[in-house]
Amino acid sequence: MIEISGLSKAYSGKKVVDGLSLSVDQGELFGFLGPNGAGKTTTIRILTTLTKPTSGRVLINGFDVVENTASVKAEFGIVQQHLSLNRDLTIAENLELHARLHHLTPDDRKKRIAELLDYVELTDHADYLVDDVSGGMKRRAMIARALIHRPKLLFLDEPTVGLDAQTRRKVWDLIRKMNNDGATVFLTTHYIEEAEALCRRAGIIHHGKLIALGQPLDLRKKIGMIAVEMQSNGNGTQYRYFPDRAKASEFIQGLPGTEKVVMRESNLEDVFIELTGQKVLGDQR
Amino acid sequence: MIAPDSYSILWADLVALKRRWPRYLITTLISPVLYLVAFGWGLGRGINLNGTSYLEFVVPGIIALTAMTTSVNGAGTRLNVDRLFYKSFDECLMAPIKLHSLLLGKALIGMVRGIISSVAFLVVAMLIAPTIHVGPMFLLGLFITCLTFSFLGVLAALLAKSHEDMGTFASIVLLPMTFLGGTFFSLSQVPVGLKYALYLLPLTHASLWLRAAALNQSLPWASLLVLLVFFVAFMGGALVAVRKMSI
Repeated sequence: MIEISGLSKAYSGKKVVDGLSLSVDQGELFGFLGPNGAGKTTTIRILTTLTKPTSGRVLINGFDVVENTASVKAEFGIVQQHLSLNRDLTIAENLELHARLHHLTPDDRKKRIAELLDYVELTDHADYLVDDVSGGMKRRAMIARALIHRPKLLFLDEPTVGLDAQTRRKVWDLIRKMNNDGATVFLTTHYIEEAEALCRRAGIIHHGKLIALGQPLDLRKKIGMIAVEMQSNGNGTQYRYFPDRAKASEFIQGLPGTEKVVMRESNLEDVFIELTGQKVLGDQR
Repeated sequence: MIAPDSYSILWADLVALKRRWPRYLITTLISPVLYLVAFGWGLGRGINLNGTSYLEFVVPGIIALTAMTTSVNGAGTRLNVDRLFYKSFDECLMAPIKLHSLLLGKALIGMVRGIISSVAFLVVAMLIAPTIHVGPMFLLGLFITCLTFSFLGVLAALLAKSHEDMGTFASIVLLPMTFLGGTFFSLSQVPVGLKYALYLLPLTHASLWLRAAALNQSLPWASLLVLLVFFVAFMGGALVAVRKMSI
């Protein structure tokens, strides 16, 4: 569904995406992880035709994003990181506008809007102005809007940023539901638990470069399934990774005992720390 | 698909306009009526320009001015808010429609607002100066004026990097044009050098055309042509600006 080869984007000579190559299969729920400023949003902007690449090639369902923009635009739906609803319109009117721009017939528009409002559980709020509903409802309305033209591919750019834990889980359920219904999902997030909860495969981007790609379990296996955190005065937190609990316990027993030690299962955050030496949430450029 | 796609863009803006219709109609009349009272009745009372009362002279100029400000703001402010505040313009850019359809749709709301405001002021002005002649040539000029300035608003909004930039544009471009664009005085009264400089302003040509049509004088076809040149230039500039946004 998505084929990216040698993709680079530079602004004033500085590369924000640097030689990115990866592919996403039809029906896959792919996670694209990295800290803020890593190049995730620039990549999505290129994939959605908003920004032209400096070099490299991107095919969306076989269509080149630079040469066949009109065909590419019909293939995907997108939920952007920021609220991008028209706030002078109601929820239903926002869906109507999007349906018109995607050339749905009047009958199909009416049917599809009703279907999607039901799908995201916003039927009772259809006639509310955007500013009169909660943040979670706005996000669900954006998801409904992205689905209005029955796209085969969905880009979700930090879809749960700024949402409380309960609403975030509701949105996760919705993402799983959309994927189960056949949509390929390309999800960018800097919430590690979100990627682990949702994605079958993930890529990690850092300073514009893809530094890891694979199934979350395989990525964890590469560094070790068990993490040991050692907090000592003055040195911050140190991390060590082990293939199993026995080896981790052996290591802990050999420590001098002046440190606070935590043993736990590793996660994608650990993969990121091991590969880059920094935390995903720590780099807020 | 240009017309249906542009109408889809316009549709959303019309829905928003309909929601604030009474407030819009009242606020849009304040400036031109104030100009009319201050310049037409106050300052210009008793002034006669080649057999035409100053009131009759100034009303078409204020209509041109109203068409300019409401069209520029109606399209430009709206687009600026969509781009930088609502961030909903990207959604339109990602829709499978042509860029010129998108820009035309964004300009049409400015034109609609410009025509509504101008006609509303015209109705008020006709009560005071009933000799104003509103014929097909006047309406044609009004239509082209509104469309031209709508595209100027679209161009300004696409070039603006912040809301403040729109304010700067209004101060540097619109305000001087308001007072120098042949609205309140005749170009025959200014020195030759300044006169030629004022011909570089699109509002000058809108005022000249609308005044001639409203007062049943011979029509300055060159001014209509210049307005059309400005229309093409603003539309072309907007297309270049929107294409540059994706670089």
